[in-house]
Amino acid sequence: MTDFNHTNREPNFLEYKGKYKGILGWITSTDHKRIGLLYFYSMMFFFLAGVVMGLLMKYELISPGEQIMGAQTYNGLFTLHGLTMIFLFVIPGVAAVFGNFFLPILIGAKDVSFPRLNLMSWYLYIIGAIIVLISQFIGDGPPDTGWTFYAPYSLKTNTNVVAAVTGAFILGFSSILTGLNFIVTMHRLRAPGMGWLRMPLFGWALYGTGWIQLLATPVVGITFLMVIAERLLGIGFFDPAIGGDPILYQHLFWIYSHPAVYIMILPAMGAITEIIPTFARKTIFGYTAIVISSMAIAFVGYFVWGHHMFTSGMSSTSRWVFSLLTFLVAIPSAIKVFNWTATLYKSSINLQTPFYWAIAFVFVFMIGGFSGLVLGSLATDIHVHDTAFVVAHFHYIVFGGTGFAFFGALHYWFPKMFARVYNFKVANTGLIIFFIGFNMLYFPMFYLGLLGMPRRYYDYLPMFHSANILSTVGSWIMATGLLIIIINLIRARKGSGKEVDDPWDGKTLEWTIPSPPIVENFEEIPEVKHGPYEY
Amino acid sequence: METITHQHHADAHRDDTAAKIGMWLFIFTEILLFGGLFIVYSVYRHMNPVAFHLAHEELSITMGFINTIILLVSSATVAISISALQKNDRKLTMLMLGITLLLALTFLVNKYFEWGGKFEHGMYPGSELMKNLSNGDMLFFSLYFFMTGLHGVHIIVGMVLLGITLYKVKTGAVNSGKYALLENSGLYWHLVDLIWIFLFPLFYLIH
Repeated sequence: MTDFNHTNREPNFLEYKGKYKGILGWITSTDHKRIGLLYFYSMMFFFLAGVVMGLLMKYELISPGEQIMGAQTYNGLFTLHGLTMIFLFVIPGVAAVFGNFFLPILIGAKDVSFPRLNLMSWYLYIIGAIIVLISQFIGDGPPDTGWTFYAPYSLKTNTNVVAAVTGAFILGFSSILTGLNFIVTMHRLRAPGMGWLRMPLFGWALYGTGWIQLLATPVVGITFLMVIAERLLGIGFFDPAIGGDPILYQHLFWIYSHPAVYIMILPAMGAITEIIPTFARKTIFGYTAIVISSMAIAFVGYFVWGHHMFTSGMSSTSRWVFSLLTFLVAIPSAIKVFNWTATLYKSSINLQTPFYWAIAFVFVFMIGGFSGLVLGSLATDIHVHDTAFVVAHFHYIVFGGTGFAFFGALHYWFPKMFARVYNFKVANTGLIIFFIGFNMLYFPMFYLGLLGMPRRYYDYLPMFHSANILSTVGSWIMATGLLIIIINLIRARKGSGKEVDDPWDGKTLEWTIPSPPIVENFEEIPEVKHGPYEY
Repeated sequence: METITHQHHADAHRDDTAAKIGMWLFIFTEILLFGGLFIVYSVYRHMNPVAFHLAHEELSITMGFINTIILLVSSATVAISISALQKNDRKLTMLMLGITLLLALTFLVNKYFEWGGKFEHGMYPGSELMKNLSNGDMLFFSLYFFMTGLHGVHIIVGMVLLGITLYKVKTGAVNSGKYALLENSGLYWHLVDLIWIFLFPLFYLIH
């Protein structure tokens, strides 16, 4: 392994000292790696807060009747849980942390195209987050609309919807600017010799994501502005009492919020696509198919929003069209799964923690995907709409997909970011416990949903009791696994692990440079002569 | 080894093409922002065709028409300013930018009187009069105030951008060899103009 003689190296981005010292040196830095870590630390904070809220809700549901909170508190809590997890964790998610940190390195660039804009995006993210949090404490109490802010309730509730919606609007801005930055970066800063079809697939995933961020986010932005105007000025857009159409609100909301699911999952798939060839010691199967599927998901994903509204009132023609398109969008996702598994065929797999995460991802993502088909078909959707089944489905996709990929990517790139390896045994044990807990937590909800247990209620009928106990206990097991994983990584970060440059023998550009990377990533911009996964 | 500062890190790489692609992408975002409103407009007009038709007669076509001409001319002056700077004619550039800013201001003054007239008659968001309107009228005027208001905000943002550019042309920071900022401000201004080109017929000219 590489000799660690730091005196011969340029300062790495962690120890580098600029104009300012300490925390100021971080929050004024335009270095994409530092910004990636700023996102990382702030997002972990919000994620853990969201986990605690989730645990509290699961505890409330351990048996029928009121346990620790009443209906209004529960309503506020699932709203805040949704806002935090969706807008502050999974939407920026893999792209803001690992995209920022690794995209420029993967394409052989010194930074993104607009480093200052990049820093501004982080500030917008933090400002948006603060406003969302403020909405909890001022005015007439925390919003209780759910993260969807459906009209007309969001127009009528006395709770503090305006602040929460303003926060979400600003977070959208942050997301748009990040997407814009990444797209331009990929157009302009790929290293010499790196044609579009030599770009690592994580880059392609971010490219598709960037376009969704650009073209979908403004639609929800304007919708939120209309909600604000309607609440503050009393002008009519969505309130049926003054001629507005609440269904139109749902359309506008999902025109963004369904593609937003792909903002969450595409970068996650991209990260998995980086992990699998590295540990299969084999080039990725079907590079071009994965590229096309990423772009196809981004494109078709625009036209499926109506499947959130099968029971809201739509013509039967639109319903079957949306249903058909929903089935179509499953195809490119399935293509990726086939490509990942085909990559493993006849490979010599190096069984390591990131690989286990990738496999766990494929497993839970497939359960999430198949249950999505149940919801995408008209007849079955009527039965399980607004039940625990839906909650199980999107947690399998959003948490099981994006969340697992996030931790997979973290375990994969951690040695590159901090030049340390973590304890593999502890990491694997944590993963196994986490995986068991995750499935125990969410799988019973499929069953509960089929039985007819509605979502978003703090109470339920005694017939749902046993599966709910299982689910709540699962939440504790999952939290235990999560704790083990995080403590293990913190210990490694503090320097208990040994120093390494590249523990996996990876082939993409980030593994050709020392760990942690130097400020400008490359001493000399590399020249690329072949595709990204040449084993 | 010499210390590398972050400033150096950020600015060493000047890429005008990137700046321009970035601006175009931002314009796509803006178009979709207004796109959401155009959807809302179409749906409600489809639902209330008569009310929309009658409500639009409350608006002054003359005022709207004058403002349309103002914005079209201002788009031309911005375009001339770019050509002028490419030919290294700083004076003409500054003159044209100045005229553009003046036209933008005139647009806002017109808008002020237009809105002011409505306000005087008790017609403003949240007013008693507006609350008592029929559903179709209410939607029309809600959209009118919201869309022209948001467009007005864009005019102000465009003016700030053009103002900064004018200042930088004056100091020489934007010059015949480095005019990405001017081009981008110009692009943004054209967008603001373009959106008005759609707003004008939708609110003032409908039948």
